[in-house]
Amino acid sequence: MIDKMLLAALVLIGIAILGCTYRLLRGPSLSDRIASLDTLGICTLALIAAVSLKYNTQVYFDVILVLGILTFIGTVALARYIERGVVLESGDRTNDH
Amino acid sequence: MIIEYIVVGVVLFGALFCALGAFGLVRLPDVYLRSHAATKSATLGVLCVLLGVFLYFWLVLAHLSIKLLLGILFVFITSPVAGHLNGRAAYRSGVKLWKNSVRDDLDHKKGSPSDTE
Repeated sequence: MIDKMLLAALVLIGIAILGCTYRLLRGPSLSDRIASLDTLGICTLALIAAVSLKYNTQVYFDVILVLGILTFIGTVALARYIERGVVLESGDRTNDH
Repeated sequence: MIIEYIVVGVVLFGALFCALGAFGLVRLPDVYLRSHAATKSATLGVLCVLLGVFLYFWLVLAHLSIKLLLGILFVFITSPVAGHLNGRAAYRSGVKLWKNSVRDDLDHKKGSPSDTE
């Protein structure tokens, strides 16, 4: 019973990843793709957590932490890129926020 | 034994919310509405999945994983921040609202006549 419930959870997270991939390939604007990429990373994190629960192992917890950090950094960098055209500012530009 | 059922129930609840967030991401008509669905419900789902895994390793296997707790805290803090940054970048780069949207509070501040339909 527990194995079947866990398998159902894995299938649901897989459906979520497929939906995010559809919006990532289809999305009309660049912000759609960034939002779906962020959700894709978060859902992959949940998938890795469920897999580590299924196989009773702890070696994937580092992957969870690093994937969360990388998803956040990537989303922030892409959002800054489409907002201002640069990712890292040099400081001597005078721009109004 | 009952602990395992509770933990797997929490994981299944979180997976259901992940699937609902992706369903909203596919079906909703606008980048802002899609960001609403993706950020809130997917964050809740992932937090429930991670909390279930954390409780399983804590209560069943008696291993308190600080790394997983740190991951839960990090996702809880950074996912709404990322959603807000993405929405602000979408508005400032000129993505149109849905045609049946009721009001736009930032319109007078921006002052561009292009998006008043």
